[in-house]
Amino acid sequence: MEKIVFDQLQEELFYEKMDNGLDVYVLQKKGFNKTYATFTTKYGSIDNQFIPQGGNDFIHVPDGIAHFLEHKMFEKEDGDVFQHFSRQGASANAFTSFTRTAYLFSSTDNVQNNLETLINFVQEPYFTEKTVEKEKGIIGQEIRMYDDNSDWQSYFGLIQNMYHTHPVKIDIAGTVESIADITKDHLYECYRTFYHPSNMLLFVVGSIDPQETIEFVRENQSKKDYTDQPEINRLFEQEPAEVKEQKRVLKMNVQTSKCQVGLKAIDTELQSEQLQKRESTMNVMLDMLFGKSSPLYYQLYREGLIDETFYYDFTQEKGFGFAMIGGDTAKPDELEKRIRTILLETKTGKHLTEEALKRSIKKKIGSFLRAVNSPEYIANQFTRYTFNGMNLFEVVPVLEGITLDDVLNTARQMISENRLTTFHILPK
Amino acid sequence: MALINETIIKKKGYNLHIVRTDKYKTNTIVWKMKAPLQKETVTKRALLPYVLQSGSEKYPTSTDLRSYLDDLYGASFYVDLAKKGDYHTISFSMEVANEKFLKEGEPLLEQALQFLHEILQKPNAENGAFNSEIVIDEKRNLKQRIESIYDDKMRYASARLLEEMYAGDPYALQSNGILEDVEGINETDLYSYYEQAFTGDEMDLYIVGDVEAGQVEKMADRLFQFNSRTPQSSKAAKTAATSVKPKEIKEKQEINQGKLHIGCRTHVTFGDDDYIALQLFNGVFGGFSHSKLFTNVREKESLAYYAASRLESHKGFLMVLSGIDSKNYTKAVEIIREQLTAMKNGEISDSELLQTKAVIRNQLLETIDTARGVIEMLYQNVVAGKEMTIDHWLEAVEQTTKEEITAVADKVEMDTIYFLSGMEGE
Repeated sequence: MEKIVFDQLQEELFYEKMDNGLDVYVLQKKGFNKTYATFTTKYGSIDNQFIPQGGNDFIHVPDGIAHFLEHKMFEKEDGDVFQHFSRQGASANAFTSFTRTAYLFSSTDNVQNNLETLINFVQEPYFTEKTVEKEKGIIGQEIRMYDDNSDWQSYFGLIQNMYHTHPVKIDIAGTVESIADITKDHLYECYRTFYHPSNMLLFVVGSIDPQETIEFVRENQSKKDYTDQPEINRLFEQEPAEVKEQKRVLKMNVQTSKCQVGLKAIDTELQSEQLQKRESTMNVMLDMLFGKSSPLYYQLYREGLIDETFYYDFTQEKGFGFAMIGGDTAKPDELEKRIRTILLETKTGKHLTEEALKRSIKKKIGSFLRAVNSPEYIANQFTRYTFNGMNLFEVVPVLEGITLDDVLNTARQMISENRLTTFHILPK
Repeated sequence: MALINETIIKKKGYNLHIVRTDKYKTNTIVWKMKAPLQKETVTKRALLPYVLQSGSEKYPTSTDLRSYLDDLYGASFYVDLAKKGDYHTISFSMEVANEKFLKEGEPLLEQALQFLHEILQKPNAENGAFNSEIVIDEKRNLKQRIESIYDDKMRYASARLLEEMYAGDPYALQSNGILEDVEGINETDLYSYYEQAFTGDEMDLYIVGDVEAGQVEKMADRLFQFNSRTPQSSKAAKTAATSVKPKEIKEKQEINQGKLHIGCRTHVTFGDDDYIALQLFNGVFGGFSHSKLFTNVREKESLAYYAASRLESHKGFLMVLSGIDSKNYTKAVEIIREQLTAMKNGEISDSELLQTKAVIRNQLLETIDTARGVIEMLYQNVVAGKEMTIDHWLEAVEQTTKEEITAVADKVEMDTIYFLSGMEGE
C-alpha cells in the first residue's frame, strides 16, 4: 500500500495495485457520514471496434452496447441488485460515458457489505436471452426520453457536426434499431474483453479506514480466479482535422431557440501532463472570453443574445475533444456570428489580458476547492483523470502555472475556421 | 453528540442560524426570505432576486459584481426561488473558500458577508426605482425562464398537473410567476415591492462551516439590521378527505414519449404525527428503485425507464411520474392504481419495510453531508413552524410500523391524472 499526501488540500490518498491488476484508491474523509465508491471500467460508447478476448480479428459491435451492458449487470439469477443494496441501506447507480462505465453506491451504514456487493456484482455477469429482450423495452423508453430533450439533442447534434468517423458521434444509448440487434453473446464478448480487473479502477471515499478497506479488497480479489490478460486492441479509423459539417438546424417542439458553437480539438493523441495542461488552458481561455465577469459576456447579455443558460466547456480525451459554447437565445444567427468572431479574434490575442487571466485562475481554484467537498466529484473525476494519465490533485498547481503566452499559443494552435461548427434548435 | 450543531440566535428582523463543522473546505452562507404565495405578488417576487443579483450601489453592473466574486477565490453566488407548500421562498446563496486552505489568508468570510449585505441592502437604485437597464434585462430573462418550462416536457407536465389539480388555489402558481404579468412591472413598482418584502418577509440567515460563532454573530450584527416583524401565515386551509373519482386530463403534443403525471392528496404535512409514516409510505410506494412502482411498471412490465413518486412535504402533495409509450396509457394507469390499492390493503412485505427504512435513514444522513443539504433540512422547520431534529427524525423512522403506514395510505387519494401524449397513430 502506498500513501500519497496532498499538503495544501490536507488530504491523504492510499493506493494499491492488486495482483490481478486492479487499481484501488482510498481517500478518508473525516466527519462525513457517507461513503461513496465507484468501480469503473475503461470501456465506453466509443469502444465499438476491437479484438475480443481470445479472438484474432476485429469485430464491430452494435451501437449502445456498453450502456446496455451496464443496465444488464444489475440483474442476477436471484433478482435485482438494487434490491440487495436497498436492504443494506445503500443507494446504487451506474452510468456510461464515451470512455467509461461506472458502477457506484453511497451509504452511511454497512459500508463493507455494500463494497462487497459492488465488487461482486460487477465481477459476476449473468445474461440470458429473456432478460436481454426485456431490457430493450426499458432502454427504448430511455432513448425516447432523450429524443424529446432539446439540450441533449443540441449536445449530440454538435458532436455529430464535428466528427466524420470517430464513434464519439454515436449516441451513448444507441438507437431503438441498433439495440434490437444486441444478444447475450455480444454482452459476454464485451464483458470478457473490457471487465478484466487490469482494465478497472476502484475508488472509495468517505468515512472508512483506508488500511482495512484495502485489505478487504485484496482478500476479496485473491479468492477470484483471474488470469493475466494482454492489452486490449481497439480500432479507431482516421479522423480528419476539420469538422464534418459547418452548420445544421433541427426543428423541435420547443418555444425557445438554442445556438451552440463547437470547436473541434486537434492533437487528440495528447495524454498525461500535456493533456491536463491543454484542458486547463482551454477552460481558462473560455472563461476569460465568456465568463460572467468578462466584458464580452456583459455585451452579449445586454444585447439580449444570451441568458443564464449560456454555457461553455472544453473536454478532451484520447482520440477526440471539443469546446462547446452557447445556450438558449432569441437570436441564434446573431449569437452564432458573434461567438465565431470572438473566437477568431482571440487567435490574434484580442480579449486576452493579464488581468482576466489572473481572475479566471483564481476563480477556477475556488471552484475546485468547492468541488472537492463532494465525494462524488472526487471519485468520478479522479477516475477520469487517472484513465488519461492525469492527476486530479495537480489541478491547482497546473492552473497556477498557466501564463498568458500559454493561452495565446493554445488559441493560435486550436482555433481555426474549418474546425468551427454550429448547431441550432428552432421551434417548429 | 447531535448530528447537526445548530445555534439559532434571534436578531431584529431575522434569525441567525450557525452550524459549526470542519467537514468542508468552504463556508456556505444562505439568506432566505419567505412570504405567502399569492397571485398578486408571485411575479414581482420571482423578478426581485434576479434584479438584486445583477448589480449594487458599489458594483453597478454584473461585470463589476462578478469580477469581485472571482477575486474572492471564485466565490459562488446565486439566487433561487421555491415553493414550500403555500409559501414562496427566495434564497441568496454563497459559498466561499475557507481561507485556511489558501496561501494568502484573506478574510474571505467577512468579505462574503459584506458582499451579501450590499446585494440585499444597497441595490443599484435611486429615487425609489431600480436601475432601468437591469430591470429590462431581467424581465426579458424571466419571460424566457417561464417559457422554457414548455421545452422540458417533464416539468411542463408537472406544471399542468398542478394547474388542473389546484385550480383556484395559490399552489397552482409557479415559483417563476405568471408570464402575462412580467411586462407590466416597472422599476418603481418593483422597488416598492422590494421595500415591502424586506419589511414583512420572514427572513433567516444560515452560515455553515468551520467558523467561530461569536465572531460570526458580531459580523452579522454589524451588517444586517432590519425592523422587527410578525411574519404572515398562509391563509390556505388544509383540505379534508373526499372520495371522488380522479379527474382525467389528456393533452397532445409532437413528442416521442408520453408523460404520465398523477397527483394525489395525502392530507398530511410536515410535522404532523403521521408525517414520518407518510415518508415511509412514499418510499415503499415509489420513492426508490426497490419500490412498488419501479418494480412493477419498469422491471416487470418494461413499460418505462422511470416510474416514481415524489412528495411535497409542506403541501402534502404526492406526484407519480412515468414516461411511457402513449399506447400503454391504460395499462400503466392500471398498474399504478393496483400499487396504491396494495398499499391501502397493507400489502407491505417485511423486506420492503426494512429496505425503505434503511434507504431513508441513509438518505437523511447523506443529505447532511452537504452544507446546502443541512440548510434545506433545517429550513423545513422554519417553514412548518416546528422543531424536528435529525436525531428525532431518524428515531421516528425506526419506530414506524406497517400498520401506521397502512393507516396513512388510507388517507392518500388519487386526485388528477394528467397525460401528455405524442401524436403517434394519427
